[in-house]
Amino acid sequence: MPWTKLQIEREEPAFDDPDGHVGRKISYGEALHEALDQALERDPSVYAMGQGVDDPGGMFGSTLDLHKKYGGQRVFDAPLSEESTVGMAIGSAMAGMRPVSIHNRPDFLMMAADQIINHAAKWSYMFAGQVPIPLVIRACIGRGWGSAAQHSQSLYSLFVHVPGLKVVVPSTAYDAKGLLITSIADNNPVIFIEQRWLYNHQGYVPEEIYSVPFGESVVKREGKDVTILAVSHMVIESLRAAEQLAEKGIDVEVIDPRTLAPFDEQTLLRSVEKTGHLVVADLDWKTAGFAAEVLARVAEKGFSYLKKPPVRVALPDIPTPSSYVLENAFYPGVDDIVQAVEELCQGKLSETLGEEFE
Amino acid sequence: MNIPVEKLLDLYTMLSRIRRVELKIEELYHLDEMKTPIHSSLGEEAVSVGVCSNLQKEDYIFSNHRSHGHYLAKGGNLKAMIAELYCKETGCSRGRGGSMHLIDTSVGHMGSSSIVGGSIPHAVGAALASVMQNKNLVAVSFFGDAASEQGVFFESMSWAALRKLPVVFICENNFYSVCSHLTARQPNIDIYKRPRAFDIPSELVDGMNLAEVCEKAQKAIEHARSGQGPYFLECRVQRWRGHAGSGDPNKEKYRKPEDLDETNVRDPLKEFKEILFAGGVTESDLTQIDQKLDAEIQDAFECAQNDPLPNPEDLEKHLFC
Repeated sequence: MPWTKLQIEREEPAFDDPDGHVGRKISYGEALHEALDQALERDPSVYAMGQGVDDPGGMFGSTLDLHKKYGGQRVFDAPLSEESTVGMAIGSAMAGMRPVSIHNRPDFLMMAADQIINHAAKWSYMFAGQVPIPLVIRACIGRGWGSAAQHSQSLYSLFVHVPGLKVVVPSTAYDAKGLLITSIADNNPVIFIEQRWLYNHQGYVPEEIYSVPFGESVVKREGKDVTILAVSHMVIESLRAAEQLAEKGIDVEVIDPRTLAPFDEQTLLRSVEKTGHLVVADLDWKTAGFAAEVLARVAEKGFSYLKKPPVRVALPDIPTPSSYVLENAFYPGVDDIVQAVEELCQGKLSETLGEEFE
Repeated sequence: MNIPVEKLLDLYTMLSRIRRVELKIEELYHLDEMKTPIHSSLGEEAVSVGVCSNLQKEDYIFSNHRSHGHYLAKGGNLKAMIAELYCKETGCSRGRGGSMHLIDTSVGHMGSSSIVGGSIPHAVGAALASVMQNKNLVAVSFFGDAASEQGVFFESMSWAALRKLPVVFICENNFYSVCSHLTARQPNIDIYKRPRAFDIPSELVDGMNLAEVCEKAQKAIEHARSGQGPYFLECRVQRWRGHAGSGDPNKEKYRKPEDLDETNVRDPLKEFKEILFAGGVTESDLTQIDQKLDAEIQDAFECAQNDPLPNPEDLEKHLFC
């Protein structure tokens, strides 16, 4: 069994077990499935298409057998023609449908870049809001199995850069369902970026249909020493790091923005005002990536809060390598986050150590 | 062909309307009040008119940068179009789109794209929606010869054939992409044969002959509406002007010698008049129509010139719906 298979199926700490939880515990993948199922049931203008959505795997289970329930007119396979598929989705949206265009990997969205960036993102502004494009584009970031450079890119920063797109990055089962519902209900194009390693994560999810608002982050863990703003799977890595850091006496606050566009600046700025330290844990490249944008905003609006220069824990500026040895070196994770935080808190650490020596 | 006189006059009215609007735009363009890149339909008007005269009001059209003719032929609002060229808040896109991005949703015109080939899949999507909604509407995609060089052209035909969608592809082949001749860009010029690889029926059409466009478009649209799937027409036309702007100041530098020979230049309006006269229509019947058109066009320009500009405070408005 490839080693990353084990990574995907590993048990995670129960980060989504707050007191007073609602619903049953289901996986991120099951939550996505349930959201799409309920959206299809609720609104006949919703349809889903994409390569393999009706195959035995059903997009890692997230679309499994929905074609049997809703028929091949509403859930159907697509040719490897990403540009026209997204273009067709846009055309159908102009005519009143709510398409969900599903793509295995963000890497493949590059073939549809013209339709996403030049068309979907422009239609509202260019025509003064006369034709809504209620389009959801789903894609799942790959990692491991030696996926290499063309099956592992997150690329969400590219879409965040383009005005007219909303960009959603759920990290929990609860958010996966609620944000997918919100995305389908939205009258604008939404890029919905999943992460493959999150698919088996379990969380409490209400059975009924519900929506999670865009532009509202969640403080996953409160703390007073350092703020970590973490994106997608990095939320899990950051929460693991926070547990290790707590043992060393460092109290970390972890924020999950959940949507990168719109981005909730206020929660972040309030947190940085409190902690004075910022680490951004991102799944994208360091240069001109989302983490850079977060740092820019904090520099513009919260510079005086910062006690030390903020830190980006992000991918090195190289393509993803294939060999697991290189892959391991390539991806930042818990250890990198712990190290980044420790370096920010050197003063505090020596204080703590000093106390211990007394 | 047997077209009743009333329909002949309707066709003439639309043909003449587009011609007169384009000439008026050209006449005033040098004043630099229409600050938007125009792409004249002059010479190519018959295709828009012939196709759209066979469509219902609710049917969809999808258009490109050379958009004026399509918009007017589908019944788009003239005042809103001219105001758009004048960059006014009253424009069909509220001054956010310009000449290449016209829209009139009340007649099924859902917005034109200036990315060559970009709107072809939109027509396929609208056709898909029509099937899903049991509406029996047809979607028409207008594009030029250069769009047939894009990958999305082939992809869109593949989708339309795969799902047997009611879409009619109209390729307006004017043989020039900016200044590049078709023969420099494509291995052979028979664009209409390519859809046959997807089992899409197709025909070559003399796009300078309105009666022929009308007849073949009718057949294509009926084919699509009756559930038999997509249809493709390659309409060969002459682009009278340069790629953009008014006139064709560099024509000696890029046109083929045969295209520079004035005796080869055809006029769809003049040719259609011959059919009208043969059907008993008189010169004075047409003069009456033209006078009405001129008054309407004059009014549209005057309104547009006097209409308010967008408010800079609204710069960020409309990013999202």
